[in-house]
Amino acid sequence: MTAVRLNELKGSGPQPATDGTGKPRIIVGMGTCGIAAGARKILQAIMQEVESRRLDVLVTQTGCIGMCQNEPLLDVQLPGGPRITYGNVAVKDVPRIIASHVMGGRVVEDLAIAQFAEGKLEVENVPRYDELDFYRKQHRIALANCGHIDPESIDEYIAAGGYTACTKALTEMTPEEVIAEVKLAGLRGRGGAGFPTGLKWELTRRTPSDKKYIICNADEGDPGAFMDRSILEGDPHRVIEGMIIGGYAIGADEGYIYIRAEYPLAIKRLEMALKQARERGFLGTDICGSGFSFDLHIKKGAGAFVCGEETALMASIEGKRGMPRPKPPFPSVSGLWGKPTNINNVETFANVAEVIRGGAEQFRSIGTEGSTGTKVFALTGKIANTGLVEVPMGMSLKEVIYEIGGGLPSGAELKAVQIGGPSGGCIPAELLDLPIDYESLQEVGAMMGSGGMVVMDQSTCMVDVARFFLRFTQQESCGKCTPCREGTKRMLEILDRICSAQGREGDLELLEELGQHIIDTSLCQLGGSAPNPVLSTLRYFRDEYEAHIRDKRCPADVCAGMSAPYEIDTESCIGCGLCARLCPVGAVSGERRKPHRIDGDTCISCGACAEKCPVHAIAQGA
Amino acid sequence: MACMCGHEQGLQKYLEPLEQILSNYAREERYLVPILQDVQEAYGYLPAEVLREVARCLNISFSKVYGVATFYSQFHLQPRGRNVIKVCTGTACHVRGGGEVLEALQKELGIKSGETTPDLEFTLETVACIGACGLAPVIMINDDVHGRIGPQDVQAILSSYRRPAETEVAAV
Repeated sequence: MTAVRLNELKGSGPQPATDGTGKPRIIVGMGTCGIAAGARKILQAIMQEVESRRLDVLVTQTGCIGMCQNEPLLDVQLPGGPRITYGNVAVKDVPRIIASHVMGGRVVEDLAIAQFAEGKLEVENVPRYDELDFYRKQHRIALANCGHIDPESIDEYIAAGGYTACTKALTEMTPEEVIAEVKLAGLRGRGGAGFPTGLKWELTRRTPSDKKYIICNADEGDPGAFMDRSILEGDPHRVIEGMIIGGYAIGADEGYIYIRAEYPLAIKRLEMALKQARERGFLGTDICGSGFSFDLHIKKGAGAFVCGEETALMASIEGKRGMPRPKPPFPSVSGLWGKPTNINNVETFANVAEVIRGGAEQFRSIGTEGSTGTKVFALTGKIANTGLVEVPMGMSLKEVIYEIGGGLPSGAELKAVQIGGPSGGCIPAELLDLPIDYESLQEVGAMMGSGGMVVMDQSTCMVDVARFFLRFTQQESCGKCTPCREGTKRMLEILDRICSAQGREGDLELLEELGQHIIDTSLCQLGGSAPNPVLSTLRYFRDEYEAHIRDKRCPADVCAGMSAPYEIDTESCIGCGLCARLCPVGAVSGERRKPHRIDGDTCISCGACAEKCPVHAIAQGA
Repeated sequence: MACMCGHEQGLQKYLEPLEQILSNYAREERYLVPILQDVQEAYGYLPAEVLREVARCLNISFSKVYGVATFYSQFHLQPRGRNVIKVCTGTACHVRGGGEVLEALQKELGIKSGETTPDLEFTLETVACIGACGLAPVIMINDDVHGRIGPQDVQAILSSYRRPAETEVAAV
């Protein structure tokens, strides 16, 4: 397919956010989050309403726009009018929106949360997206289409400028020029360590071989991260386009997308997108008349976190146990079935088309000198606006959390931000001015990781958080190398005893020593980064560890067995006996209709009794 | 060995879904994981007899198949419940009270995480992250995601998955 034909295509598809169809459009946000929040019921209600009123409208869907806290989301656009987004929509709101907006042309202002900026006519009293705090400071490249276009329609992707970069690369550029452009753009791997993408491609290109592979790592396993899922669900063609360009650059004719089986919707949308791309000639033989042939396969993971490590991932594709092997040889020399292989993460591929389309200089202008472009974060935890945000590199944590995320819910005070999941670390409140780039994060003991950003307040115990992450990596350790298999287990034992008031003097030093050894000697990055959450919390929240060990006290009141036992107020107790039946450890005694008492030594302070007491006679002792 | 009790015939019938699955793939080791995924879909778990047959057909050792089957957490060697409940224990859910939801589920079902109810109605397990952190705490029952829930919601959610009492009576 040539560039000319592509331009013709551009006109034929439905135009996102414009009045191309001549019919009113109703668009439902159907990402996993939207569906979980009830989008399917909203869709059903719309279909019912449309049918009973015999309306001539187009009902379609879109992916995640990133505002998880406002799901379910519903957009309405009348021909020639602006696209209005309604948030927190309930089934009962649907008839009202349809009657007033779709049929009457009057926006339901109390439910409208934003309007897209592209519309010619604007509605007063409804802010534009770029006026919302949540979006004003974002810069969307990887997420540009998410929440805007129908991810199941290749026409909408093309209408939004899709596949032009692929056509340009294949018909106007040599593979070397593509690599030079990506290198010049400074694009670095978005999956964790930030290895320069252009350099990786160049290494694979230079290895002579009759067969090469390109792989997209979509095994997004970090707890607290969901950007890859949202990109694949909301804009699968962008990732496919990035892979075609990457395949062309390194000289691969075959590629795999290794994706978690836990993401059924993303898999379904990818399968549809691959089929459409084949039908349009973007995959297959002689793509865009360039003589380059390339095709992609989907490989479903089977639930092993370690498969996010590239050598383990390849072993898994080969049908083996997904265990890492020593490097070198690097995959660029000997990868899948011994052939040179290039592996990039979803978000990295999602940036490639932009680099080629807009050019390296334009890409470089975003972000910082060493970390160019943007990064997507999954903003969660104790924060007002949870969701997916994409910001220019170099923005400070404070801006992301307070200006985009809207700060913490009232009353909560920020204590730490966890970045990078089980490979990352906790950054304390006093370092919030830190710019987000690869090096700055590394310096403070965290890591870009895949992009989970969890905000924690005073009610979070940092020892418990460290233990949570370590338990995760410990369970996911594949067992091949000793430092990771045994070392993380020993570290976890120490944390377990600290959290249950059994901590000893010297435990903290032992944790640090063990952690450093595991980092230095593990076979792969799973072990090599597993101690990070522990070491970073030890660095910034040592006093909390010490309180657990010396005072047998959990300052955040999280660790069970460390808080004060519950007591019954004998004055108000009516002797109903409910607490005695509820107590999991049999600490409550007493005769029926007479005041009961709790044995403080047996009580584990679970609070089950206090929660159910009909006369509120039970409270935690001082 | 010829067996007169009909066991051979029974096994053959038992392996029919497997034959169907294997016909979709070239008989190469690289397809082991997708084959096992399909087997689990068809049988609900990975029965030992079926694994033996997979090994024979792909011409790899049974121990290799067993090794792969036990490596990935998605695969199960024991029968599982009609409804599979996955409680997310990811960071966001952890911070927002996912542990209490798990406790409530354990109490309500009378089983621990990783177990199946004796009537094979529910299997309860924890997963690292469902990827719907914005809706924490989250649980997933079969393919449905339930978000922003608390221990108090557990009973109502479970009852929507239980078989209606009438049909049980009718079945008896």
